[in-house]
Amino acid sequence: MSFKPHIRVENLNVYYGKEQALKNITVNIPDRKITAIIGPSGCGKSTLLKSFNRLLDPVDHVRISGRVFVDQEDIYDSKVDVTRIRKKMGLLSQRPYPLPMSIYDNVAYGPRLHGIRNKKTLNEIVERNLKISSIWNEVKDRLNTPASRLSIGQQQRLCLARGLAVEPEIILGDEPTSALDPKSSQRIEQRFIELKSEYTIVLVTHILRQAKRLADYVLFMYLGELVEHGSAEEIFSNPKQEMTKEYIGGTFS
Amino acid sequence: MDLRKTEEKIFKGIMICSTCCILAILLIILITILVKGLPAMRWSMITQVPKGGFYLGREGGILNAILGSLVLAGGATLMTCMISLPIVLYLNVYVRKRTWITQITRFSLDVLWGIPSIVYGAFGFTLMLYLGLRASLLGGLIAMCFLILPIMSRAMDEVVKMMPAELLEASYALGATQFETALKVVARQALPGILTAVLIAFGRGIGDAASVIFTAGFTDHIPTSLFRPVATLPLAIFFQLGTPFPEVQERAYASALILTAIIFIVCIVSRLLTRRFTRNVIR
Amino acid sequence: MRSFRKIKEAVATRLMAFLTVSSSLIVFFMITGLYVRSRPILSVHSLSELLFSSSWHPLRGEFGFLPFIVGTLWITGTAVVIAVPLCLFTAIYLSEYAPSRIRALFAPLIDLLAGIPSVIYGIWGLLAVVPMIKNQLAPVFGVFSTGYSILAAGIVLAIMIFPVIIHVSLEVLQSVPGEMREASLALGATSWQTVKTVVLRRARPGIIAAVVLGFSRAFGETMAVLMVAGNVARIPGSVLDPAYPLPALIANNYGEMLSVPLYDSALLLASLWLLVVILLFNVCSRLILVRVERSVL
Ligand SMILES: Nc1ncnc2c1ncn2[C@@H]1O[C@H](COP(=O)(O)OP(=O)(O)OP(=O)(O)O)[C@@H](O)[C@H]1O
Ligand SMILES: [Mg+2]
Repeated sequence: MSFKPHIRVENLNVYYGKEQALKNITVNIPDRKITAIIGPSGCGKSTLLKSFNRLLDPVDHVRISGRVFVDQEDIYDSKVDVTRIRKKMGLLSQRPYPLPMSIYDNVAYGPRLHGIRNKKTLNEIVERNLKISSIWNEVKDRLNTPASRLSIGQQQRLCLARGLAVEPEIILGDEPTSALDPKSSQRIEQRFIELKSEYTIVLVTHILRQAKRLADYVLFMYLGELVEHGSAEEIFSNPKQEMTKEYIGGTFS
Repeated sequence: MDLRKTEEKIFKGIMICSTCCILAILLIILITILVKGLPAMRWSMITQVPKGGFYLGREGGILNAILGSLVLAGGATLMTCMISLPIVLYLNVYVRKRTWITQITRFSLDVLWGIPSIVYGAFGFTLMLYLGLRASLLGGLIAMCFLILPIMSRAMDEVVKMMPAELLEASYALGATQFETALKVVARQALPGILTAVLIAFGRGIGDAASVIFTAGFTDHIPTSLFRPVATLPLAIFFQLGTPFPEVQERAYASALILTAIIFIVCIVSRLLTRRFTRNVIR
Repeated sequence: MRSFRKIKEAVATRLMAFLTVSSSLIVFFMITGLYVRSRPILSVHSLSELLFSSSWHPLRGEFGFLPFIVGTLWITGTAVVIAVPLCLFTAIYLSEYAPSRIRALFAPLIDLLAGIPSVIYGIWGLLAVVPMIKNQLAPVFGVFSTGYSILAAGIVLAIMIFPVIIHVSLEVLQSVPGEMREASLALGATSWQTVKTVVLRRARPGIIAAVVLGFSRAFGETMAVLMVAGNVARIPGSVLDPAYPLPALIANNYGEMLSVPLYDSALLLASLWLLVVILLFNVCSRLILVRVERSVL
């Protein structure tokens, strides 16, 4: 299958101290598709995801070699402006972490950082993104209350809105539904399917059925290595590697 | 865009400056004490007690104060140990859960930790008046116990709290009572941490002047009895500085060097113990 | 044998519980003890007279504490103003920017700073700070100062409270979850923007508690201040004037206090005030810290 890559990873190695967390990863992430990264716990899925927007930089004792291109630009180049790279990507983490401020300010936080001061524009951005994340109706009357008072499911949708407000091109999700109840998960999944037409989405997930439901493209990792990658049909119906077969078949997890 | 970068740089610069500033101050203090203290150092300083006219610049040393401080701080540390250890073991072995008693005790210890030593001195003094004591080693011991009790207890509590629950369960499973578990398992396992806490308290005690100024008094003799006054290093330094004679003041600098050296040793030993301890702790 | 173990267990339990409970009661003992002792003076002079009169003549039976209270406040205020910015920037640097190796290097140094006795700080103040103020700083402002001044005491005290403030605020900053920083960084914020808008906001109550703890430390510190503050019982007009803080007053007059009527009572009343003020500050900051801890868990 040939496609236009949005993120290109070449020979990426990541070490935490002496321990190697990613071993020579080379892969292309397709543009405007949902890519799912699957694999057993501790295999380096979160690490790979974080390497896409250089969130590994602040970690102590971390060493990175290899290259990651986003839109043909090497993001590990020393001249690159990290904040601009990060702005291109929205991040949803495992558990929602609303910033310690009001609901409104959470969404307006990113735009404000990037220089938007106009009240009207901000109001618009906040409203639009809360609507896209289908949480607007629940919070429109209490935009100035602390975000921490929302339920976990609402918080996760708020975080989605917050990420979308900086107008990213890519959405990274690290098990974004793992802390949510089935209903909330479903709503987030629904969002992803709708957002796919405009955004490149990369999801880490433990739930195979979720990957089957959502993914167009699948990466299977094991112990820091990328074992197999390909379109969802290929991986799920006809995996080439024995290990992938076992994992998908549920022999080990 | 550029503004954000500049702001980032400026503030990072300020932060590094503050950090360096604090380091520099520490260095300057140590160097000042060393430079001023070394020239006045004599062997007799630590081998002799003050002779007649010591405070006028004549012969003698501060052996009385060194010994006094060691006896006072050592004694107080020992006594406080007997109180702290049961408290900490009670909180962490017997109660263990977060209940009102652990909360209140930890809270009051924290509050006690913040009370200045001069207030402990004043309180010790009123206690002594009730008991009919005069300024004496015993009075100093009592005041200092109050002073270092919260320091030692909280420091011990921090390490004993880390003790994994499985260790206690393993001991109970063998049929040990809580008391036996506390003494034989917990106290032994946490020994380096407990020793560190003891050393911290000792260091604090030996350096403190305000709590003993009313209660322990001062004397030119080596301590012999619980009911006689006892000299302490910080007060010796203070009195020597207070004289108008340069020779005596220089001796104060030397005494300060001795006190700093003691504190330094205590600090290093407790660091080493901490390191040994944390190496075996699962986090 | 079995019953002996049981008895031992029972005795030990009671004893430990007793010690634990009594340690929580020490504060009340202290307040009561000092109050009983300071009652004589309270029965002669009214509280407002003691607090707001500035004539201090123990031999004539006049005990106006105002100069001492004002002196204490000036010195403590100066110390906090100097210490807080330095400590906060250092704590932020150590927690947010410095590699863990530097952080590990710093810890024992802070311990050492905390362990140095106050007399040593006092000597250093005498040797370094007092002459500097007398010879360099005061002439710049065109005033005469002996160097023994509020500023000297403030500087020395500031250094003495560095460890408390740095230690507590470092702990508070590190308790801010890393994911929260990531969330902000992922939106394209710079590190400093993240610190300013997310980390500090989240850590604010804890940092306030750290400052309050530092303040109360400075408030009761005795020996170092006694050595450099000048000890003149007059209401100071500027930071280059000498002052006579309460703790220094107590420590300086222990010798005479039993020979002048009401003097001991006055000094113990002063200790009671120190105790109560510091108790309030401590209780507040500890309550904040306990809440911070709970919100983290
Ligand atoms: N900050 C860190 N310091 C040291 N080692 C780390 C760090 N973060 C992750 N690791 C190690 O790197 C490896 C990969 O971790 P990673 O978090 O990427 O796994 P994961 O696939 O996301 O696991 P999970 O499914 O449990 O989230 C693990 O072995 C982990 O122990
Ligand atoms: Mg993960």
